[in-house]
Amino acid sequence: MNFPLPSLIAVSAANPWTYVLFGAIGFAFGYVLEMSGFGDSRKLAAQFYFTELTVLKVMFTAIVTAMVLTFGAVGLGVLDFSQVWVNPTYLWSGLVGGLIMGVGFIVGGFCPTTSLASASTGKIDGMLFMLGGFVGAFLFGETEPLFTNWYNNAGYYGRVTLDQVFGIPVGAVVLLVVLMALFMFWGAEQLERIFGKKDLSKEPRLRVAGAVALFAGAVAVLAIGNPSLEDRYNKVTFTRTETIPQLNADPIVNTYVYTADQMLEKRLVFTSPAEAFKAKYNQAMNPVYLDVRSEADYNLYHIQNAVNVPLGRLTEVIPVLLSEPPANTVFILMSNDETAAVAAWKILVGSSVQNVYILEGGVNNWIAFFGENEKALRPAPNAGDDQLGYIFPAALGSRYESCSPDPIEYEKLEFEQKIILQLKRDKSGGGCG
Amino acid sequence: MTTQIRKSIFKRPEKAYVHPYFGGLVLGIVLFLAFFLTGNGLGSSGATSRIDALIVDSISPSHVDNNPYLLKMAGGDKNPLDDWIVPVFFGALLGGFASGFMNGRLKFMTTKGPHISDRTRWLMAFLGGVIFLYGARMARGCTSGQALSGGATLSAGSWVVMFAIFGGAYGLAYFVRKLWN
Repeated sequence: MNFPLPSLIAVSAANPWTYVLFGAIGFAFGYVLEMSGFGDSRKLAAQFYFTELTVLKVMFTAIVTAMVLTFGAVGLGVLDFSQVWVNPTYLWSGLVGGLIMGVGFIVGGFCPTTSLASASTGKIDGMLFMLGGFVGAFLFGETEPLFTNWYNNAGYYGRVTLDQVFGIPVGAVVLLVVLMALFMFWGAEQLERIFGKKDLSKEPRLRVAGAVALFAGAVAVLAIGNPSLEDRYNKVTFTRTETIPQLNADPIVNTYVYTADQMLEKRLVFTSPAEAFKAKYNQAMNPVYLDVRSEADYNLYHIQNAVNVPLGRLTEVIPVLLSEPPANTVFILMSNDETAAVAAWKILVGSSVQNVYILEGGVNNWIAFFGENEKALRPAPNAGDDQLGYIFPAALGSRYESCSPDPIEYEKLEFEQKIILQLKRDKSGGGCG
Repeated sequence: MTTQIRKSIFKRPEKAYVHPYFGGLVLGIVLFLAFFLTGNGLGSSGATSRIDALIVDSISPSHVDNNPYLLKMAGGDKNPLDDWIVPVFFGALLGGFASGFMNGRLKFMTTKGPHISDRTRWLMAFLGGVIFLYGARMARGCTSGQALSGGATLSAGSWVVMFAIFGGAYGLAYFVRKLWN
């Protein structure tokens, strides 16, 4: 079983249990906040005068606990990290918004969720903070058009995690964050002793054991590392349905689940040149043609708008493919024949990129289909596997006629539909946004 | 009899708060389970703006259509409440209430610093709420959605937001110390 469960990623009326589950998560969340004392604004504000650092202790214990467990599960291969929501980085709106939140925190004495725990236990200030929150969120919606460009673009880096920023393994970041948190806890206790006149000898000894356990967990995460691409590839499954029309009855719908290798074997991910071409004019999808051949071949001849990413450099663009494009993007891979494109397909599928297909027969087949009357192109009889099967008079790139077939001439094309759009969850649908 | 029941509901013996590290540990496990089962973290400020969007949409749907921010949540036949964060929001309200009930902390009162009046505290709480949620929507998440959830998944932007929140609060703390001390 692969987590997170696809049926639980978003709420849906078709599966009412999702409401129950998210409600239960919220319930546990509110319960823990209240029992930690966050219904009382004095406890929260004390954080900023160093008399009691409960906020920091609860928050960082929660962060490091969840982090060690999450990356441990990712390392063991039970949790698919690409399906875990990671807040995209908007540097400037995040920074300014964060500073504004800090002001609201010290003035109001709550943050949004703690105000819920406070309001629901009868604290009048908590209720008023909550009420003010509705006004603040409304005002943001009303004023956002004034700076919408800045809000949506300034310092936008997409889905980027700290290990990518620092260029070190994720396990190392986990360990460093745990060490930083333990140091902060020690510092917090010293501050409480000095400013809050707290007697540290009354603190439970168990917390030292907890610190050791946390440290050991982080070391384990570092030792486990990440599951290999091959492991992840072998876990990917695809669902395809087959509808058989019945006379005088509802059609029978059969659902099949295939592994990635079966998809290749049954050629369900190979899209014909006709379908790949027509995808450009299909409003429902946004095709991206990824040409994984060498730059030299690409310069000789490539399909219009194809992006050249040589196979050896494919892994570099995976973070972009995972985070940047809209959900209806379809990636169509191509090499001269199919060998390199199949290798690229395995890499992308193993990395959880959605909607990846292979151009059937590659660029050679494209030319055979769209360029049969193009006189400039002569077949090369001795071309080996995955080599260009044509001889080109000049490296014209995409300026040959068949690189951009005329949509009017080819308005009617027959093809077997292979591309089945998988809409992963909307980018704006995750997180707090 | 009825007063006894009332006493048993509203006058339960008040218990002490749990130890912060224990609270954090439980919260961390809840957060992990949220990621593990659903791929989403925790949050609440998103629900606030979704409820706002519902109100605006019921009063003036054309206003929603002219505002790109609201359009994303409530445009056309979209129901702004159809998002995971909404049940989390109401669940948190209920969970807070349940913990308050179990631990004898259900009580109408105002939590404030010793040197200000209730009215000042109410005004400041309201203002703080306005400011906080304005910032939370700008940063695309609050202490839960960004600092907690994004912090645990090592999102670079969330760590920036987290430090900015603490930076803003510590930066202003000295100037509003009369509110709390």
